[in-house]
Amino acid sequence: MVYRISELHFSLLSPDVVKNLARVRVVTADLYDADGYPVEGGVMDPRLGVIDPGLHCRTCGGGIGDCPGHLGYLELAKPVINVLYTKVVYQLLKMVCRKCQKVMVEEGKERKSKRKHKITISDVEANIDLDSVIVQPATCPFCKTKSKKITFVKPYTYYEEKKELSPMDIRERFEKVSDKELTKVGFNGGRPEWLILTLFPVPPVTMRPSITLEGGERSEDDLTHKLVDIVRINQSLKENIDIGAPEFILNDLWELVQYHISTYFDNELTGAPLARHRSGRALKGLIQRLKAKEGRLRGNLLGKRVNFSARTVISPDPRLSINEVGVPESIAQELTLPFYVTTKNVKEAQRLIRNQKANYVIRPDGRRIKITEENKTEIVQNLIEGWIVERQLENGDVVLYNRQPSLHRMSIMAHRVRVMPYQTFRMNPSVCFPYNADFDGDEMNVHVPQTEEARVEAAMLMAVENNLISPRFGGPVIGLDLDQISGIALLTKAETKLSRRDATLLFGLAGFAMELPAGKEELTGKELFSLLLPEDFAISGYRSNFYKNRKIEKKGEDPDEWIEIKDGKLISGIIDKQSVAAENGKLIQKLERMTNPTTAKMFIDRAGRLGAAYLMLRGFSLSIADLDLPPEAQTKTREEIQKAEEEANQLIVQYQTKELTTLPGMTRKESLEAQIMNALASGVSRASDVVETSMKPNDIRNMYLAGSKGSVITTTQMAAVVGQETILGKRIKRGYQKRTLAHYKEGDLTPGAHGFVAHSFKQGLDPFEMMWNIMNGREGLMDKSLRTRKSGYMQRRLINALQDLKVMHDGTVRNAHGRIIQFTAGEDGIDPSKSDWGTIAWKDRLDMMVKE
Amino acid sequence: MMYGYDKMSMDLLQHELVPKHEILSDEEKNELFTKLHITKNDLPKILDSDSVVKKIGAKKDDVLRITRTSSTAGTAIYFRLVIPE
Ligand SMILES: [Mg+2]
Ligand SMILES: [Zn+2]
Ligand SMILES: [Zn+2]
Repeated sequence: MVYRISELHFSLLSPDVVKNLARVRVVTADLYDADGYPVEGGVMDPRLGVIDPGLHCRTCGGGIGDCPGHLGYLELAKPVINVLYTKVVYQLLKMVCRKCQKVMVEEGKERKSKRKHKITISDVEANIDLDSVIVQPATCPFCKTKSKKITFVKPYTYYEEKKELSPMDIRERFEKVSDKELTKVGFNGGRPEWLILTLFPVPPVTMRPSITLEGGERSEDDLTHKLVDIVRINQSLKENIDIGAPEFILNDLWELVQYHISTYFDNELTGAPLARHRSGRALKGLIQRLKAKEGRLRGNLLGKRVNFSARTVISPDPRLSINEVGVPESIAQELTLPFYVTTKNVKEAQRLIRNQKANYVIRPDGRRIKITEENKTEIVQNLIEGWIVERQLENGDVVLYNRQPSLHRMSIMAHRVRVMPYQTFRMNPSVCFPYNADFDGDEMNVHVPQTEEARVEAAMLMAVENNLISPRFGGPVIGLDLDQISGIALLTKAETKLSRRDATLLFGLAGFAMELPAGKEELTGKELFSLLLPEDFAISGYRSNFYKNRKIEKKGEDPDEWIEIKDGKLISGIIDKQSVAAENGKLIQKLERMTNPTTAKMFIDRAGRLGAAYLMLRGFSLSIADLDLPPEAQTKTREEIQKAEEEANQLIVQYQTKELTTLPGMTRKESLEAQIMNALASGVSRASDVVETSMKPNDIRNMYLAGSKGSVITTTQMAAVVGQETILGKRIKRGYQKRTLAHYKEGDLTPGAHGFVAHSFKQGLDPFEMMWNIMNGREGLMDKSLRTRKSGYMQRRLINALQDLKVMHDGTVRNAHGRIIQFTAGEDGIDPSKSDWGTIAWKDRLDMMVKE
Repeated sequence: MMYGYDKMSMDLLQHELVPKHEILSDEEKNELFTKLHITKNDLPKILDSDSVVKKIGAKKDDVLRITRTSSTAGTAIYFRLVIPE
C-alpha cells in the first residue's frame, strides 16, 4: 500500500514534549568517572545511546547501528532565549500590549494565513511578518495603554525603553497571551513562551560520538564540549540561587548560560564572541553542521564520496577502441569487484589468489581477510563455495568513465578496461567530444560497478557504442577529429592513388589487416576507404565540406563534390567533416541507424586510425611560406584594406560635416559607428575572398576545407588582415578621455585609433594593433569564464527542476507523482537518440525494411 | 459604457496566440481518464479565472482540450482541468 502524504506539520518543541521524549535527566557536567565509565546523569549517560562497538544500549537494548539514540533533558535554572527565534520574539514583544496582553491589531485588520494547510515553523516567522508590521502600535486599541518602545540588541537582549527585559519577563508576558489573540498575527505554530527555553533538550550521543585516540584518550565532539559548558554553568547558577548569592553574580551566570546555549545553536552570531575549543579552533554549532558547502545538506546529502572509484590525468591512445579505457596497473590493483566462489569456479578463484590478483577474501561469516604473500596458500586451501574473493580489475571489465562537469548523459559512459603501464587513464581521442575532454591536464574518474545487475545495466545502457547518437539533436556525438578528418579527406580525394605496396603499408601503419581488392596494382583512396564500409551500405544526397561554400553546380561533374556510397563502395565525394565528424557526420549517423552500434564503433575506430595513418604516409606539414599569397593577390588584398579604410575616413568626414545619413533607430554617432564597422568588415571580407581564391593548395587550406581545423577567416587573419577588434561588439572606445590611447589626438575617429588591425599575423602587428588584439583577447577570456559560471548554474537549476520527469510507456511525460506534464513526449513522440537529426527518415527506413 | 468600447474590444479566441480550447463531454472525459489510467487530479490545471475559460464558459472540473501549434509535431493536443482560484 502506498500512502500519499497529505500534510506535514512543524511546530515549536514544547518543554512537555522534550520531557516526554527524554530518557535521562542531566544533572552533572562530569562525563566519565575515575574508571573511565560514563557518569549517570552526565551528557554521556549510557542511556542516551551507544557509540562503542560491542556494548548495548541501556534504554532500548540495541547495539551500535540498531540503537537510534535517546534524548535527555536539562532543567535550566533560569529561562534563556532561543537565539534562532530572536526576531519572532522581537516582533511579538512589539505587538503584545504590556497591560492587557492582547495583540495590538485592530479588529478587522488581522492577518489571515494565505495557506490552506497548517502553519509551519517558517510560517511562524513569515506570518509574524518581519518586514511590514515592524512599526510598533503607539497605543493599545483595546485598553488604550501607551506602549513603551521595544528595542532589540543583537544577539539576544531586549529593552523596554531603558529597562532590560529578562527572558523570564518575556516568558511571563507571552504566557498570558491567548491562542486566539495570537492568530491575529498568524502565529499558530505552538505557544510563544516556548520560544524561551526552560527545558533544554540534550541530544543523543549517537549524533555527537566521541573518538578514541591511539593512547586510549577520548576526544569528544564539539557539541559534547558545548553541552558540558551549558550543564556546568547551569549547575553553578542553580547552586548560587540556592545559597542566595547576590543578584549581580546570578545575572553574570545567567548571561553565561544564555551565551553557551546560543553558541550551541549557532556559533556565527553577530555580536557574540566565537566559542572556541581549547586549541583556539572555533567550535561547530548546530547551524554550522548543516550550513554551507561542507554542511550536512550540501556536503553529505546532495553529494557523497564513493568507494571503488579512481581519478587521474588522461592521455590519448588511438590504438584503443572508443569503448575502451586504459587503466594504470597501480589503479587496477587497488580497485576490486566481488567474485562469488561457486563449485564451478573455485579453480579460477584459487588462481586469482595465487597470482596476487585479489586483495581480500570474505568468509561466509562476514570476516574480511587481507590476502598476503604469507597467508595466500592457507586461504587457497580453505577456499570453498560461498566465499567472496575481492578480485582486482582486469581486461574487459565494465567500468563507468566520467568527466566533470557532467552536463549531459554522455558525460558518464561505460568502457571496457585495458590494464596498461604508466600512470594515466588512456582513451581514444574520438570520445573526447562527448566528455568535452582534452589532454592539457584534464583528469577523469572511473567507477567500478559492484553487482552483476549494475554491470549488465552499464554495459547495455551506458556503453559508448550505444550512445553514439545524441539525445539532444539526433546526430553523432562521437566521430573523427583533427588529423583523422584531414587524413581521411586527403585519402578520399579523387586524385589520391596508392600502389598496392603503399596500400599495404597504409594498413600496416593504421594497425589493422584488410583484404585489398584482387588484381589491382593501383588503388584509389576511395577504394581503400570503401574497405571500411559494410557491403550493403549506401548513402548520398549531400556535398563534401570542400564544396560547402561553393555554388551548387550540376550534379556529377566533379568526382569529389557529391557524396555517393552504394553497396559499400564510395563512388564519389570526399569523406570529411560532413561525413565523419562528431555533430556533423552524416555517414556515422546513418551507419549507426542502418547497421548496428558495433559496426559503427568499428568504423570509427578504423577510420580514425586510417586517417592518421594516411597523413603519416603522405606527410603533413605547414610552412610560413604557405601563407604567402601570389604578388597580385597581395596587392589586391592591400588595396581592399586601404579602400575600406578610406571609405571609413570618408564617413568620418561626412559625420563631421553633418552630411552622414542617420540610420533608423540610431543616433548620429551610432550611425557612424555602424557604417564604419560595415565598411571595414566588407573590406576584410573582400580580402578574405582574395585569399580563398588565390591561395595555393597547402595543408592549412586542406584543414579548413576538410573541416578539421581553422577557417577561411583564421587563414585570412594569418595571411592578409586581422580586421576589426571589438569590445562588447563595438569598436574599441575606452581608455583615455576622448581617445583610446595617449598617442592619439582627442576625438580621433579613424579605424586605426579604434581597434582596426590592418596587418596580418604573418606581417606582424604594430604596437597599437597588438594592444587592440590583446584587449579583444582579454574580453573573450573574461566573457568565457563568466558565461560558463552563469550557464552552469542555470543548467543546474533546470536539471533539478526536471530531474524526475519521465517518459512513460504510454508516451506521456509524468512527474514523480504520476501527474501528466506532456501528453506526448516532445509533442511528436520521437526519441531524438533513435532518430535522424530529430526526425525520422521514413524513406530510408522503408528501403531497409523492403530489403529485408 | 465608454464611447466606442465595443469597437475597441476584440475577440480573445480569435487572437493568433490563443490556441483552440474545447470543453470535453463526460464520455470524452471518461475515455481520456481510462486511456491514460489517471484521475482528474493527474491532469495539468487551468484556473477558472483564466480569460479563455471564462469566455468559453467552462466550469470547475471541466476538462479542456487545447490544440496548440508545435514546432516538432505541427499540432499538439493537451488537456487541462479547470480548478477554482
Ligand atoms: Mg582541458
Ligand atoms: Zn538505545
Ligand atoms: Zn492593552
